[in-house]
Amino acid sequence: MQTPNVHKSRSFPWHILVFLAPAVIVYTVFMIIPLIDSLRLSLYAITPDHQEVFNGLNNYVVLLTDPRWSAAFQNAFWNNVKFFIVHMVVQNSIGLLLASLLVAGGRARSVYRTLIFAPTVLSVVIIGFIWNLILSPLWGVGEGILKAVGLGALFAPWLGLASSALTTLSLISVWQFIGIPMLLFYVALLGIPEELMEAARVDGAGGWTAFWRIKFPLILPTVGIVAILTFVGNFNAFDLIYTVKGAQAGPQFATDIMGTFFYRTFFGSQLQLGNPAMGATVAGMMLFIILAGVAVYLFFWQRRIATYDL
Amino acid sequence: MNKFFAITLLVAALALAACAAPPAQPTSAPPTAAPAAQPTSAPAAQPTTAPAAEPVTLTIESWRNDDIKIWQDQIIPAFEKSHPGIKVQFQPSAPTEYNAALNTKLEGGTAGDLITCRPFDNSLTLYQKGYLAKLNDLKGMSDFSDVAKSAWITDDGKDAFCVPMASVIHGFIYNQEAFDKLGLKVPTTEAEFFQVLDAIKKDGTYTPLVMGTADQWEAATMGFQNIGPNYWKGEEGRNALIKGTAKFTDAPYVDTWAELAKWKDYLPAGFEAIKYPDAQSYFALGKGAIYPAGSWDITTFNDQAKFKFSAFKPPVPNAGDQCYISDHTDIALGMNSKSKNPEAAKAFLEWVATPEFAEIYSNALPGFFTLQNAKVDLKDPVAKEFVSWRDQCKSTIRNSYQILSRGDPNLENELWRLSAGVINGTITPEEAGKEAQAGLDKWYKPQ
Repeated sequence: MQTPNVHKSRSFPWHILVFLAPAVIVYTVFMIIPLIDSLRLSLYAITPDHQEVFNGLNNYVVLLTDPRWSAAFQNAFWNNVKFFIVHMVVQNSIGLLLASLLVAGGRARSVYRTLIFAPTVLSVVIIGFIWNLILSPLWGVGEGILKAVGLGALFAPWLGLASSALTTLSLISVWQFIGIPMLLFYVALLGIPEELMEAARVDGAGGWTAFWRIKFPLILPTVGIVAILTFVGNFNAFDLIYTVKGAQAGPQFATDIMGTFFYRTFFGSQLQLGNPAMGATVAGMMLFIILAGVAVYLFFWQRRIATYDL
Repeated sequence: MNKFFAITLLVAALALAACAAPPAQPTSAPPTAAPAAQPTSAPAAQPTTAPAAEPVTLTIESWRNDDIKIWQDQIIPAFEKSHPGIKVQFQPSAPTEYNAALNTKLEGGTAGDLITCRPFDNSLTLYQKGYLAKLNDLKGMSDFSDVAKSAWITDDGKDAFCVPMASVIHGFIYNQEAFDKLGLKVPTTEAEFFQVLDAIKKDGTYTPLVMGTADQWEAATMGFQNIGPNYWKGEEGRNALIKGTAKFTDAPYVDTWAELAKWKDYLPAGFEAIKYPDAQSYFALGKGAIYPAGSWDITTFNDQAKFKFSAFKPPVPNAGDQCYISDHTDIALGMNSKSKNPEAAKAFLEWVATPEFAEIYSNALPGFFTLQNAKVDLKDPVAKEFVSWRDQCKSTIRNSYQILSRGDPNLENELWRLSAGVINGTITPEEAGKEAQAGLDKWYKPQ
């Protein structure tokens, strides 16, 4: 029997389309289209009789220059920057430290690895609720624990004070997500060949020198990835603040970040009616801020650092 | 390899950013579960009536998730008994999420047949968008006074769109055992109020005043709107704000905040981080003496408190002053204009407008007082105490609700923030007045 040679004239590569289709369709319908529609909406104004009217870049001008809007926007933006800085400094450096300790070995390593990662998979609502209870001045165990170690005088209603609420929430978020940088660093550190470390030791490098001169330069790409993931995650953050402080992000908007500012503007809160056009504008600004951060990463960090094939 | 990585990241960043894009549904708005059709034994229970067609199921949207038991055990059975063939489901969501969730559901066409109406602009907007049906001709609407209907009517007073259900009254609930033990008398003036607080503080057994400011609204609603009407003379002051003849920088408003600022010393330690449910539980455990309350708290304390409690009205600044209370039109019921069962929904609304409903509702939920003209016999002693103030004092509603919260910044939200700030001690009463007025001046032209 003769087999027909179907591949003689190269037919259209349908299989590529078939394999791409699910991801492309889902991603387009649920991500790209809403994103573009949101950007479109940010260029419109909504009249009192609920008609959409093209408004150019006016919404952005209002958001950035009208004293009332710009004050709220700047407050949310700088709070978000603080939120990010706490994550960068505390979460990522402790994450690196934990990863180094894990790589160093020890019998309980896998137990710790699991325990430290555990909060990451919990629901944010549960995290918010638990920490609210721990820090509650009425029945929280926080005060009791501090008293037990003789530091009872240090206790304050941290979540309620304008001076400490944002830092407290940032640290709660750090506590929850520290497993992610830890695992990324851990994997990167595991990838460093043992010969390199042996060579360093032969050359007389101690643990400290070996880490900063050999290991750290080798995991720099991961440092960049962790930084950009933290950046994107933080400037999209919303749930923890909303769970603990509500849409008004009190006291005095001290915990208001871009996400809660967007939610309040778009959906409204209590008697305040939602303003979809301005809400979309805030969302647009969030997108631009995140794009700017990603651009810095791509065009400066990625091009500058040397990567080594191990 | 690097380039591939960069592109992946960029795409991931876009994906994450898209989560912030509005058309994505908010996580707080769970999709309406389709009301499970219940082919129950309703026709069988009423063998004499004509074999009813398929029983119709009505769904009620509400933010009163605290009341789910009362609706299911008392109100709905009473209705279903007299209206065989109609089944009713009460489907509440959390109060803070209700407005956003309801809007999303209405836009998506998945909202229930009956909509619990917030007072004033929230519902007015829903009506203007065509989501709520006009109820001018509904049987029983004439049994409500104009004041009762004022929160659910167009600005020109022509079209009503929700049947008024209840108002809530503000005051102070106190622990009677604590008062008896310390030999204290209910204060009637502001000076007496602080004497009582001082005496409780000196004794040390009880926290004098139980409230937190973490959720911010307590400070405004149970604080500012509770004691304020005595200062701004109720309706007189409220209308003056709308007319523009009074300002938040005037003495009555600054004085109200000045009195609130004095509460700080009597609140539990760490009140800045105490949330509303925590304050409720703390008082219900008998650890506090006085609780700035809304009458809706009665139900909670009836369930939880093991001690006797009663209530007193907001003390007046000087002995002999006319007293004013906040008797706030709070809750009503309207009809989804896109309801698939308009006749059944109308029947339910007509029933809500009857004295029968008023009687069941007011007694099942002591603290929610019917707005009907007909007198309703209340059985709960504390609810009776609250409602008795209607005869002694002049009633008003919260001053930020009508018209004044239409713009941006939103006055109600500003009052939350400022009142909480005043109690926390981070804002002075004068600053609060200035900020509230400045916010209002930004957009409001007096009428």
